[in-house]
Amino acid sequence: MPEPVIQVTDLVRDYPRPRTSLFRRAPVVHALRGVSFEVRAGERFGIVGESGCGKSTLLRILAALDRATSGQVVVDGTDITNLPERRLSFLRENLQLVFQDPMSSLDPRMRVRDIIAEPLVVQGHPASGDRVRELLDAVGLPPNAGDRYPHQFSGGQRQRISIARALAPRPKILVADEPVSALDVSVRAQVLNLISDLVDELDLTLVFVSHDLSVVKHVCDRVAVMNAGQIVETGTTGEVYATPAHPYTRRLVAAIPTLARALTGTTTTDLLKGAPT
Amino acid sequence: MSDVLTVQGLTVSVRDVALVSDVELTVGPGERVGLIGESGSGKSLTALSVLGLLPEDVLAAGSVRLSGVDHELIGADERRMSRVRGRHLAMVFQEPMTALNPTMRVGDQVAEAMLIHRTRSSRRAARIAAAELLELVQLPGVMRTYPHQLSGGQRQRVVLALALANDPALLICDEPTTALDVTVQAMVLDLIMRGVAARESALLFITHDLAVVATVCQRVLVMYGGRVVESGPVTEVFTRPRHRYTEGLIAASDLESADSGPADVGLATSAPRRLPTIPGNVPPAGQFPDGCVFRNRCAHATETCATLPPWTGTPTQGFACHHPAGASDA
Repeated sequence: MPEPVIQVTDLVRDYPRPRTSLFRRAPVVHALRGVSFEVRAGERFGIVGESGCGKSTLLRILAALDRATSGQVVVDGTDITNLPERRLSFLRENLQLVFQDPMSSLDPRMRVRDIIAEPLVVQGHPASGDRVRELLDAVGLPPNAGDRYPHQFSGGQRQRISIARALAPRPKILVADEPVSALDVSVRAQVLNLISDLVDELDLTLVFVSHDLSVVKHVCDRVAVMNAGQIVETGTTGEVYATPAHPYTRRLVAAIPTLARALTGTTTTDLLKGAPT
Repeated sequence: MSDVLTVQGLTVSVRDVALVSDVELTVGPGERVGLIGESGSGKSLTALSVLGLLPEDVLAAGSVRLSGVDHELIGADERRMSRVRGRHLAMVFQEPMTALNPTMRVGDQVAEAMLIHRTRSSRRAARIAAAELLELVQLPGVMRTYPHQLSGGQRQRVVLALALANDPALLICDEPTTALDVTVQAMVLDLIMRGVAARESALLFITHDLAVVATVCQRVLVMYGGRVVESGPVTEVFTRPRHRYTEGLIAASDLESADSGPADVGLATSAPRRLPTIPGNVPPAGQFPDGCVFRNRCAHATETCATLPPWTGTPTQGFACHHPAGASDA
């Protein structure tokens, strides 16, 4: 059994809201209420949930972009929960992120080669032109793409740039936050294939967050279903998809329209029902 | 039987660049028709030309007729179009926040739609009708709320209530659930279905999600590069696609069979977990190839594809491809 690379124990994150009264305490939003899971080395782990379920908060804490209220996150044997920023450089190299919106996550005023080299520069590594060309090649972009700006690329190509940037410091863990939600169907397939290939070739551990269980099922081995700040179900993707145990998961699975089910006469009323057909 | 919507030879262009070419489209009474395509395929522009809401420098030519309206919709002036919009023809947009007035209570907005078209006799009657409509979309007690107080799904239901207020002959939905979560999407889709069924309205449903179209619609048109490349009944088009683009699109979106076994489409290798893909990207507007718009991404393209493929089949079921899938010579 490989070692767990990410170990999350009883993670809680509360956000205080602005006070509404002088005499009462400020109301609190419980974004995460006791989340625990493990991701083993080389595993493809999916996190599924709808907007507001806390999956983005969880990612932010995982990437040490936010602090937990209580609980513990151990990445690669190091407890990162209360580590000061200056001691997080190992995490910044080993864990890299790909975001949903490829337009807002790339600086429009930087050339693509500088965008891709930036994680290296920040970590104090020499950023050679060769490494940038190698990365462009790995994500299927032409070598001259480095001289251009993000707005000159289509959505799918921009997502490839994001992936190249994430791979620059040779991370062990790739965290993808809804990487294909903003893409067209034909391009979505290309980007999913690319992520899948890179994870295989580079021996990465993948944490893939999406609201779409069918995409997660395609990409991941194991999945955690989140609802209202808690993980309601974990299991292999096949199991969770075929025999969802928790009522919320059942509702989620039933609501996914698929071509195969639609052609056998599934109506919109069936999508609303709690049980899969 | 006369069709509710008849679009003939619709061409939309901006400064001599054709964005939509020769679109033929009919929607019968009570029929649910889907328009699918990726971004840049011209599906939203087609809808906007029907509504007469194209941006200023974008020009539409051709013919758009709507039953119950005795004039041509293309080129009709704003005064006449504003009588059609919201009365005979209504639209649900993708982004509900921009479709609603942020400074007006939602009850007043729904009531206003009926008062403008004088379908209710008094302010009072319109408000009562608005409350009923909001209840039908399962939003009781939101009459006095403002749009920002509602969630995305709730706002989209308000927009739906607004669109259905005057029992339009045709409801156009442009990606109405793309921004919503799946469980919310299921609810909104169901409300759209029930809304059009109760009014016997026709539905033109625009989306890039094949599974949603297959669930909601009876007939489907596939658009690529501003042209309709294939059309027909949903079961026919999705089980036996003829155009190579439709075939590729179905294969690329079918995550299910990619998991269970290799998809037999011959577009790309199917190692485990690999999806068949359509090579390349959708070209930017105006840079589609001559002849068949799909030929620079098509594995079956030959010299013949440099000429525009003729429409094969009937107006409601057919395709435009020189080397169709499932043909004897393929």
